Amino acid sequence: MPEAPPRVLILGIGNVMWADEGFGVRAVEELHRHFEFPDGVRLLDGGTQGIYLVQYIREADILVVFDAVDYGLPPGTLKLVEGDEVPKFLGVKKISLHQTGFQEVLAMAEMLGDYPRHLLLIGVQPVELDDYGGSLRPQVKAQIAPALAAALQFLDGFGIRGQSRAAPLPVEATISTSETTMGHYEDGRPDEEVALRIGDARLLTDGRWSGPGDFEAEIERILATSGRGA
Amino acid sequence: MSVIQTPNGYSLDNRGQRVVVDPVTRIEGHMRCEVNVDADNIIRNAVSTGTMWRGLEVILKGRDPRDAWAFVQRICGVCTGTHALTSVRAVEDALKISIPDNANSIRNIMQLSLQIHDHLVHFYHLHALDWVNPVNALKADPKATSALQIATGPNHPKSSPGYFRDVQNRLKKFVESGQLGPFKNGYWTNPAYLLPPEADLMAVTHYLEALDFQKEIMTTRTIFGGKDTHPNWLVGGVPCAINMDGELAAGAPINMERLNYVAGVIDRTIDFVENVYIPDIIAIGSFYKGWLYGGGLSGKSVLAYGDIPDRANDYSPKNLMMPSGAIINGNLKEVLPVDLRDPDQVQEFVPHSWYSYPDEKKGLHPWDGITEPNYKLGAKTIGTSTNIQQLDESAKYSWIKAPRWRGHAMEVGPLARYVVGYAQGHPEIKDQVDKTLAALGVPLEALFSTLGRTAARALEAQWSAHKQKYFFKKLIANIKAGDSSTANTEKFDPRTWPKEVKGVGFTEAPRGALAHWIRIKDTRIDNYQCVVPTTWNGSPRDNEGNIGAFEASLMNTKVERAEEPVEILRTIHSFDPCLACSTHVMGPDGEELAVVKVR
Repeated sequence: MPEAPPRVLILGIGNVMWADEGFGVRAVEELHRHFEFPDGVRLLDGGTQGIYLVQYIREADILVVFDAVDYGLPPGTLKLVEGDEVPKFLGVKKISLHQTGFQEVLAMAEMLGDYPRHLLLIGVQPVELDDYGGSLRPQVKAQIAPALAAALQFLDGFGIRGQSRAAPLPVEATISTSETTMGHYEDGRPDEEVALRIGDARLLTDGRWSGPGDFEAEIERILATSGRGA
Repeated sequence: MSVIQTPNGYSLDNRGQRVVVDPVTRIEGHMRCEVNVDADNIIRNAVSTGTMWRGLEVILKGRDPRDAWAFVQRICGVCTGTHALTSVRAVEDALKISIPDNANSIRNIMQLSLQIHDHLVHFYHLHALDWVNPVNALKADPKATSALQIATGPNHPKSSPGYFRDVQNRLKKFVESGQLGPFKNGYWTNPAYLLPPEADLMAVTHYLEALDFQKEIMTTRTIFGGKDTHPNWLVGGVPCAINMDGELAAGAPINMERLNYVAGVIDRTIDFVENVYIPDIIAIGSFYKGWLYGGGLSGKSVLAYGDIPDRANDYSPKNLMMPSGAIINGNLKEVLPVDLRDPDQVQEFVPHSWYSYPDEKKGLHPWDGITEPNYKLGAKTIGTSTNIQQLDESAKYSWIKAPRWRGHAMEVGPLARYVVGYAQGHPEIKDQVDKTLAALGVPLEALFSTLGRTAARALEAQWSAHKQKYFFKKLIANIKAGDSSTANTEKFDPRTWPKEVKGVGFTEAPRGALAHWIRIKDTRIDNYQCVVPTTWNGSPRDNEGNIGAFEASLMNTKVERAEEPVEILRTIHSFDPCLACSTHVMGPDGEELAVVKVR
């Protein structure tokens, strides 16, 4: 008997209002605008939802996540993480508004007995987060296309092909809210004199946020100290 | 200086050990809490602070008011729809736009759906672990658990010993794999946990059932809002069209098939809340009814704006099915009317907040609100501006402003709504509260506690589940009578707008009274101010020295172990705090353990 085709969830997470933190949502918006997928593939703008995403994850055999990730790499670097490393990593130095870290959401899916068989995290190292109402920085925006290519290639390995649309979908057809799509969002931004964009002094001084100095070492350390990898 | 009397009746003593919890975990956003405990481990001073800057208002300046809802619902992951609804109401109020009856029913169903969803997920997944010990559940006898289930929730079908044994085995595997997942970071040996193993196992089982069930609740909002996971809203009504004979397809209007699905979800929600959630509250409450700390301002000063208009476009208290009004100075005999337009009622103060006002002795009404950051630490701060070890609460110490109602610090949220409703003699609320008190065998005073706050949330979920059904029937009746209108687009075109207008929109968000004040000038947003529930509850001191609801609720609580602040988390979590919109969140968040420092 032929096996049923795997169910796929392509999820963009993050907050579009904090500059590069919006990478995940922007990537999945773009993927939806330019490509169509066979049945069984769901594209989702997860925003900053935490527990509310658990049901979508439970239904997926293959999970692809786009997100801004603090890898401790040069800003704008795209990096793929697969399999067991994904939850371990997402739970560590996560920049997010999520009420529950994504690691916890994955653990909840596992507790309910459903866990994706294949996981891919497509993350980009943010350039700027401290810009309220700002959009993606050019280096990060430039990683959208390679990020989509990486997702398509990964799915291709499972025989799932995303087809280029004849023409990109119009703004109204976005999977997200059309009021916040990237072009609309960027064009409607007020001037800096009108609306202050910077914030917390603690983040603007030398003590501002930074990632692990050595990503690989950090992953090693995490895998060594946590249950699953050990 | 060591002992200060606050005008709202607290004696603050900042001698003794200082305990710092940063961040407070399992909440949305960043929050830090510092308390002083005396030699008997009793909290004698409490300082709660939002540690990140809030940037919401400045993002909206100059934008199209019709789009504001989409921005505000991105502020955080839990109140999405409530912010959106508040925003469209503010714009409709400013432009004097009325909405059709169907839109009112659909909005109410969506708002109630979010209310129930949030309450359920809050209790089981963000708060239960302050009362329930999953590690202790491993010691439970499945037979005893089954007996407890049948005794407390007899109508719940999942009650066999075998069922509980399976769950226990799954839990055991999880714990033995070294991966506690959501159950990590707990203080599982702390004597503050009072449940016997079988109650712990029953509650953990329902934690899993609720995780599974909550997805159904959301489908209602997806059907009416059209999109996962951020539903669409519309100034002037709701964006979904109704065509009862329409085909079921993506983007298709609301038809009979979809409405039937919603009807099923509503019924199953009532079932789950009444057969699982409420019985769990009674079961857990019966073991904790001697632990009645955490009342804070709830028996003194509470505030509710009201919500769920019965008829469309009438936001007066008599037409709002959720109670509205203010109680001050503990006078439960008098519920005062609340007017969000009155410049003397709601005001925000900043003498202890990291903002500047031209004159910080005065509060500002939100229509005249200013959001000008000013990060400055007091002279007695320990640490540096980038690494604070101990805050100086005599100076500015929080990114949360201090909203006051006629000068009073107020508690908002399910308990505030239930206290106001009870004081007004709201028959449904009175019935629910009296039954719960009787079931637990406790007096009315017990309501004013952390446990009371947690119970009020459950009762409100039950109330909301039934009101969903009420509005569903109303919607169907109206459609059958031939009205399929869902939006009024008469004034959607900005060319029809006056040059300058202002408005206010309000709702009762799951965690409390929420309002947005908007000024529109030349068709663009000129000023947008949100006073959110956690701004009320988590507010720092004001210029008179009144402490806010979080701070008040921690006062005089005994902690078992200063280095394991279970009691602090239990009480703060009982407010369902959401710091994401009350402050701005930025920086490393992650799953870091709350750092608890005792000095």
